[in-house]
Amino acid sequence: MDSPTVALHESSHGEHPSYQRHHFVSMAQQKESASFGMWLFLLTEIMFFGGMFTAYLVYRNWYYPAFVAGSHTLSIVLGTTNTGVLITSSFTMAMGVWCAETRRRGGLILSLILTLVLGLAFLGIKSVEYHEKWVQHHVPGLRFDAMTFVHPKAEPGQAAEPPLPLDMAQHTEVYFSLYFAMTGMHALHMIIGMGLLVYMLIQAIRGAYDNGNIAFIENFGLYWHFVDIVWIFLFPLLYLISRHQ
Amino acid sequence: MSSIVSLPDQSTARIPKRNYLTNENGILSWLLTGDHKRIAILYLISITFFFFIGGALAGLIRLELLTPQSDLMAADTYNKVFSMHGIVMIFLFLVPSVPATLGNFLIPIMVGAKDLAFPKINLLSWYLYMIGGCLTLWAMITGGVDTGWTFTTPLSTHYVNTNVVTTGLAIFIAGFASIFTGLNFIVTIHRMRAPGMTWFKLPLFVWSNYAASILMVLGTPVLAIALVLVVLERTIGIGVFDPTKGGDPLLFQHLFWFYSHPAVYIMILPGMGVISEVISTFSRKRVFGYSAVAFSSVAIAVFGFFVWEHHMFIMGVSNYSTLVFSLLTMLVAVPSAIKIFNWAFTLYKGSITFETPMLYAFGFMGLFTIGGLTGVFLGSSGTDIHLTETYFIVAHFHFVMVGGMLMAFLAGIHFWWPKLTGRMYPEKISQLAAVVTFIGFNFTFFPQFLLGMLGMPRRYAAYPPEFQVLNVFSTAGATILGVGYLLPILYLIWSLKYGKVAGNNPWQATGLEWQIQSPPLTENFIEIPVVTQDAYDYEWLERQKEREVTQVG
Repeated sequence: MDSPTVALHESSHGEHPSYQRHHFVSMAQQKESASFGMWLFLLTEIMFFGGMFTAYLVYRNWYYPAFVAGSHTLSIVLGTTNTGVLITSSFTMAMGVWCAETRRRGGLILSLILTLVLGLAFLGIKSVEYHEKWVQHHVPGLRFDAMTFVHPKAEPGQAAEPPLPLDMAQHTEVYFSLYFAMTGMHALHMIIGMGLLVYMLIQAIRGAYDNGNIAFIENFGLYWHFVDIVWIFLFPLLYLISRHQ
Repeated sequence: MSSIVSLPDQSTARIPKRNYLTNENGILSWLLTGDHKRIAILYLISITFFFFIGGALAGLIRLELLTPQSDLMAADTYNKVFSMHGIVMIFLFLVPSVPATLGNFLIPIMVGAKDLAFPKINLLSWYLYMIGGCLTLWAMITGGVDTGWTFTTPLSTHYVNTNVVTTGLAIFIAGFASIFTGLNFIVTIHRMRAPGMTWFKLPLFVWSNYAASILMVLGTPVLAIALVLVVLERTIGIGVFDPTKGGDPLLFQHLFWFYSHPAVYIMILPGMGVISEVISTFSRKRVFGYSAVAFSSVAIAVFGFFVWEHHMFIMGVSNYSTLVFSLLTMLVAVPSAIKIFNWAFTLYKGSITFETPMLYAFGFMGLFTIGGLTGVFLGSSGTDIHLTETYFIVAHFHFVMVGGMLMAFLAGIHFWWPKLTGRMYPEKISQLAAVVTFIGFNFTFFPQFLLGMLGMPRRYAAYPPEFQVLNVFSTAGATILGVGYLLPILYLIWSLKYGKVAGNNPWQATGLEWQIQSPPLTENFIEIPVVTQDAYDYEWLERQKEREVTQVG
């Protein structure tokens, strides 16, 4: 696309790296623009998730007992494990960015593989949780039955949850709607991120980042941390409602 | 009438051999281009196509309303026609109209850059727009959608069996096109200004597009999530907006209008930027109160996010929030009025000439003022209860969107056409088109204010016979308006081949875009300019010309 315009610029070509795009005056400008653009994109993501957080805020205030009961059906062990997995993957990604900056190809490849594996582990644990919801008839719309909240059964070794009146029990469907919408959108972002991780891994193995052109990795790092932060909010809001009761 | 059009000597003037249009050839050089100017042209062709589809649907609506009975089409067909008219016109024409075409073309040049910050994302934006547009057409052809453009729940989720999912996804995808355009503009304006181009030397067109971009970036994702939740509710039946499960349909409206009210500012702000440029150029004066006009754009963007509930006064929201949102709505009138007054003061004692863009700009000022003032009726909760859901509201937003925005779009297209194509359109017939549009517009939409005051509800195929006279007026006006919109298409296409060569600066305007050749080079500037002059500094322009003459001499 840019090649036909080269003629006018050839004189000044030696001064800047080959990966500087022609419409930027300097490498600093290109780098700043890329990261500024990424931050703006993350802002749009905040607004995107913000819509769901607003819905959560409203309904949690209206249907607090249903939200508590719904939250107690989630596995706190799996949730905590997943939080740990995701934070670790953020660390490996940060290591990846550092390796890229210091031009350590081996370290970069290792970090990307670890991030990918941890991402896969997160989605694996998430799918176990989703399956559990399916078995328990807690999937809104497709397979939902509120009766387990009206007549709660005691788990072995634990006291039964307090029963809910029928109308409040039915509102647990709103809780699970939000649970699936929020964690589903989060998982979708993970899947997109892992697609990009695979792309970067191939590029890294081919040595595409050895020349210091690592804007893509840096900006992907921001994206990955953002997805992580979304989970940091989702975890307490969905799993840890009134655990002391 | 004295004209300031100074065409270059016809014996010497010619279209520059090397420009962005001739730089590369072949269909692929357009479809895979990264050049912001070519993408702007792609957008211009596509939005014109969708404008005429939306316009044809509007024609069908007006034909149906010629008689009190629903005779041209069945009532549910009518529902589909007005829904699609709204969806096409808002999401596929008005939102991208000025930013994606003129903004795309001009903002990098106005700030003194070679391209937008992210050329590939810019191209991706056009492809997303086209996918969204084609999906919308597909939804229309395969049965349509009859929810109105607002997709109001639970109508859209439970009570209609039309293509809500397809259309929702189409708007979702087209929304990303808008986000990427806005993102590109913000980064470009922040990071790629030429040396010496400070924020307060930027043309007001850049300021207003910047404000609109903020709205695009922050508002559109909220619409996206609202539509995703509607689609999930229709397909698998989650209960976020479903009252039978404890969800609240009003939440959808809050999310929807959180985008869709700022969206009207996304539509109008870039148009206001066009008007600032045109008014200044054809009064030969710096825009009065430059910084007030610049900041009023930003103020509209900020206030615009805090008024959405005025669309919901009769939907069962709390009286106290109605009070607050009514007050906040009045606040938005202030920056809009600042703009109108400042344009009026720019005209005062200016050397005004009446070229076509200026005629459209005058149309904008009058019609937008009427549209804005009737907005105050609707923002006051008392009168709103009487007027909302009637033709008053239809007339109000058509005065703002068609009388305001479309006039501004046409003003901009006529103003920058010589820069886009290097050629002039025939002056007399284009002035005629501007006047015809203005007359046709008033005939079409002024009667609708009266109909609304009399209580004719919107969105019905049939109406009581006593409303017929005013409806016939409106339909007759729409016919004139249609002619007014067809004329520019004809003579602008004609001008591509037969128009006079325009030269670099036919209007003697001061923007950076007028100091380069028309049509511009692919890289815009041979050397990145160093900016020392303020925006709209006509004395600087005179000095430049004198220097040129002495140098040649």
